[in-house]
Amino acid sequence: MTAAPEQVDRSTDVVDVAREQVLERGVGLTEAQVLEVLELPDDRIEDLLALAHDVRMRWCGPEVEVEGIVSLKTGGCPEDCHFCSQSGQFPSPVRSAWLDIPGLVKAARQTADTGATEFCIVAAVRGPDKRLLSQVREGIKAIRDDGNDIQIACSLGMLTQEQVDELVSMGVHRYNHNLETARSHFPNVVTTHSWEERWDTLRMIRDAGMEVCCGGIIGMGESLAQRAEFAVQLASLEPDEVPLNFLIPNPGTPYEDYPVVEGPDALRAVAAFRLALPRTILRFAGGRELTFGDLGAKQGMLGGINAIIVGNYLTNLGRPAVQDLEMLDELSMPIKALSQTL
Amino acid sequence: MAYCSYCGKPAEGDHEVCTRRLAVLDPPRYCAECARRMVVQVTPAGWTARCSRHGEITSAR
Repeated sequence: MTAAPEQVDRSTDVVDVAREQVLERGVGLTEAQVLEVLELPDDRIEDLLALAHDVRMRWCGPEVEVEGIVSLKTGGCPEDCHFCSQSGQFPSPVRSAWLDIPGLVKAARQTADTGATEFCIVAAVRGPDKRLLSQVREGIKAIRDDGNDIQIACSLGMLTQEQVDELVSMGVHRYNHNLETARSHFPNVVTTHSWEERWDTLRMIRDAGMEVCCGGIIGMGESLAQRAEFAVQLASLEPDEVPLNFLIPNPGTPYEDYPVVEGPDALRAVAAFRLALPRTILRFAGGRELTFGDLGAKQGMLGGINAIIVGNYLTNLGRPAVQDLEMLDELSMPIKALSQTL
Repeated sequence: MAYCSYCGKPAEGDHEVCTRRLAVLDPPRYCAECARRMVVQVTPAGWTARCSRHGEITSAR
């Protein structure tokens, strides 16, 4: 496991195997192979990231998909997702808030002005009620009336078939619903609903023709084996997008004292998820500022990532959008244009 | 008395971690004047934080 590169057996080395299997044939790594990648020593990270970048370029292309997100309904959630500062079950300082329609329109406009093609409307709920869906419908109409043709995604928790159909009728093209972590680890993270309930919503979304956005959070006490398990479970879902978050230990949550994911571990995870999901949009999401800093973010972008959330997140702050756009420019990575997504 | 807008405790004392979090990751959550929890709305380009007693503050950006 700590062998120097010159001592690696090239016939069984997972990086070389992945080069043939993933880069040449487009076949994602198996769970055992992902685990091997996650266990690679630090002196192999450079090779690993270079391969993950090649895979991304070959199977996804050079464009980067830029997205902004906003919280339509913040806090007061009845669920107990242990990482989340918006749960009403923990003594988090986050108070309930609703964003009004003019605020939503402004947020969508600010997002579109960065060159982003995606705008995701998020609510901290178990699932949407009539009031929330009505607010979403009104909000989407107002965004369109503002002359903003940005693609709209939603993340409103678990859905019924009727609600899925309603979102389709509103023109929502992608739905985010994260599995968050490996199936075997999920009961340690959430007890108020099951991994399977989330899976059911994801299948309904796919069957209704919406794009599926499903990812999770690295650093919630999962083992490397569970990290590998999660990557392969996501691959079996064949999501259009996987947002990769790194835990932000927020005050008041059960995970407030969890350590921040170390940069090298995070980079291995980025590359491993790319090698498990060669054709998927792999998005840098929350926590990258804490885990990577500026330098690591560039390494991640050159290690398999092909999408980012710019600006702030739901309750935490991100880097100003202009910093990320400058980074993409510096890396000569073009931003995907809206016409390419239609 | 002034309060830390990250943890809500009196401002005197060690708030190095709070200051770091506020600089990079977090909007203010507690009113610096009275330590009430504020209603905070984060948006892609900024934030607003409203104290029921002392009104609203916003991010500069």
